[in-house]
Amino acid sequence: MSTISDPPAESFRLSQLINDTRYRSITFQFVALVLLIFAMAYLGLNLVQNLAAAGLNISFDFLGEPAGYDINQTLIDYTSQSSHWRATMVGVLNTMLVAILGCIMATVIGVFVGVLRLSPNWLVRKLMSIYVEIFRNVPVLIWILIIMAVFVAVLPQPRDFRGDDATASMVWGAFAFTGRGFYAPLPLFGPGSAVVVAVFVASLIGIVFYRRHTTKKLYDEGVLLPRTWPSVALFFVPVLLAFFVMGQPITLEYPALKGFNFQGGIFMRNSLIALWFALSIYTAAFIAENVRAGILAVSKGQTEAAASLGLRPNRIMNLVVLPQALRVIIPPLISQYLNLTKNSSLAIAVGYMDLTGTLGGITLNQTGRAIECVLLLMLFYLTISLGISAIMNVYNNAVKLKER
Amino acid sequence: MKKSVFLGAMTVAGLAAGAAAAATLDDVKARGKLNCGVTTGLVGFAAPDANGNWDGFDVGFCRAVAAAVLNDPNAVEFVPTTGKTRFTALASGEIDTLARNTTWTFSRDVDLKFEFVGVNYYDGQGFIVPKELGVSSAKELDGATVCIQTGTTTELNLADFFRKNNISYEPVPIETNAEAQPLYLEGACDTYTTDASGLAATRAAFENPQDHVVLPEIISKEPLGPLVRHGDNDWGDINRWVLNALIAAEEYGVTSANVDELASGTDNPEINRLLGTEGNLGEMLGLDADWAARTIKAVGNYGELFEKHIGENTPVGLSRGLNAQWTDGGLMYAPPFR
Repeated sequence: MSTISDPPAESFRLSQLINDTRYRSITFQFVALVLLIFAMAYLGLNLVQNLAAAGLNISFDFLGEPAGYDINQTLIDYTSQSSHWRATMVGVLNTMLVAILGCIMATVIGVFVGVLRLSPNWLVRKLMSIYVEIFRNVPVLIWILIIMAVFVAVLPQPRDFRGDDATASMVWGAFAFTGRGFYAPLPLFGPGSAVVVAVFVASLIGIVFYRRHTTKKLYDEGVLLPRTWPSVALFFVPVLLAFFVMGQPITLEYPALKGFNFQGGIFMRNSLIALWFALSIYTAAFIAENVRAGILAVSKGQTEAAASLGLRPNRIMNLVVLPQALRVIIPPLISQYLNLTKNSSLAIAVGYMDLTGTLGGITLNQTGRAIECVLLLMLFYLTISLGISAIMNVYNNAVKLKER
Repeated sequence: MKKSVFLGAMTVAGLAAGAAAAATLDDVKARGKLNCGVTTGLVGFAAPDANGNWDGFDVGFCRAVAAAVLNDPNAVEFVPTTGKTRFTALASGEIDTLARNTTWTFSRDVDLKFEFVGVNYYDGQGFIVPKELGVSSAKELDGATVCIQTGTTTELNLADFFRKNNISYEPVPIETNAEAQPLYLEGACDTYTTDASGLAATRAAFENPQDHVVLPEIISKEPLGPLVRHGDNDWGDINRWVLNALIAAEEYGVTSANVDELASGTDNPEINRLLGTEGNLGEMLGLDADWAARTIKAVGNYGELFEKHIGENTPVGLSRGLNAQWTDGGLMYAPPFR
């Protein structure tokens, strides 16, 4: 008979914190954390002391004072008598506008280029790699400046449209492409136009349901119903009917040359276009590489299997390869969207009044509240970026490989 | 890019503010160089010449301070600043003196904690337009696209002017004068607005200056002057009295040509005190007795500086106007040296 004695009760000794692998990593992390907190506290305290020594303080009261300056592109009501906070909000919206437009366009170009980089056609393939290499290897600020300079220099200015010997003219009398920006007709919604809009939305929903129905029919019964012409018909016919039945309630306001500029219509400023375009083509070069990586990550056997089932190449891409590639593409795509959003802070180079231009530019300069403004800037960019991440993560969860 | 500048400036502000609060004069002497903030390039006021040497009206002031303090007008490190970075640069101690046609305003003086040492140019905001537009008054600018140099008082004046006259405009904010020029010349803006002196300097750099006119309206008061940090009164005094010495020298007829001769003693006690042959004004400032004589010898008096860099015989072509001596009906008036 043997007795098994209990293993000796472990008594915790301080030296274990260093010597025992179970605790060592935690110890080091704890020490690092304490050092970090001390470093931050030192910097913060130093700042507060120096500010106090200089007779300055940290205060956000300036946000309530009238801004005093004008902003050209305002998505919400704003005058020079509005508060700095309002000016900041105008900046936030302008940042979000160019970020969202940029993300959409960069994705479209990026996917297109990424797919074409794998094209069997030598010329197309090489052209696309030249595009990618040129655009991602030159700083985006340079692209913004170049595009703006070309834009301003090449396109005619409003004064060229004036007089009998005008060197430029409007396209179809409705669109004007000038160095100051693009002018397009603005739809004016008169009484009764709500019906037309409602019919339009209803027909859009109808198109979606019809296409779902045809897909279901195809999968369940193997019957292929026509899709294109009913969609087109659904898109146009009800809306046009409603438009004329209601007595043409929607009219167009055409831009016209009055005084120094075109007046009326929709005006898209050169700064927005240059910034949007530059950010898009720059980021698209990175997205193209992500897309290429995603496609190459799908086993070649998938393509061959699909081909042996008789699918045509573009169907293989859309139905077999891209859905599987998406789960590889989406995570790096999120970083590209965040990069684009943050790069939009270069907007002031072309005079686009984004968040950096309003809060971090004129407001900072007029009030001299540098620390407060920079802290707010960081907070806003952080919020916008986290928002984009959150939305994209939801999408990523929807397309990622479902593990059961 | 901009963010990193701010963050960098903030870090510098955090780390250097302690040091900057110490006596600036000692720092400058120990360094052997004056760090002077100027524009990034405005012909006549501050711009590097063909050999890369900074030259101009504001540069002259920096050199004058360096001559007084360090006995060498070339012992200046010129730090180009934009309208946006200049105050952070000064507040953080990156520069000792800011001479960058900066408007003296209440909030800059009081709220931003700076010390304006005087006025070296009385200016006002104006507009420049191409002649072919046929505009003769700023009030005809309804609906115009206006290029503005951002980060200056001009934005606020502009907003006030258009609001007061109940006319609309489209502001195009531009970071630097150099970026604004091509936009204006290509016609992306109908007009460019900044201080009238700056407009004259900008126009001087155009290919065909005669095709552009500066409109008669001056919509604001812009007293431009050098400034230093709040809190170091000794350093502020040195800058203030260097400026006054330049102005007084013109009034008393002391020029860079005759200063050596006059410094050996004259029968005008005012000149003697200025040039250090009588009294101990230099000692009071913590400088040598001949500080003002050195300054005037190095850069000339106020009138010489003006004529050399921005006067009527230069491409900038500004007349003295308000900037004449008070004895000639202008506003330049140095307090007595006694």
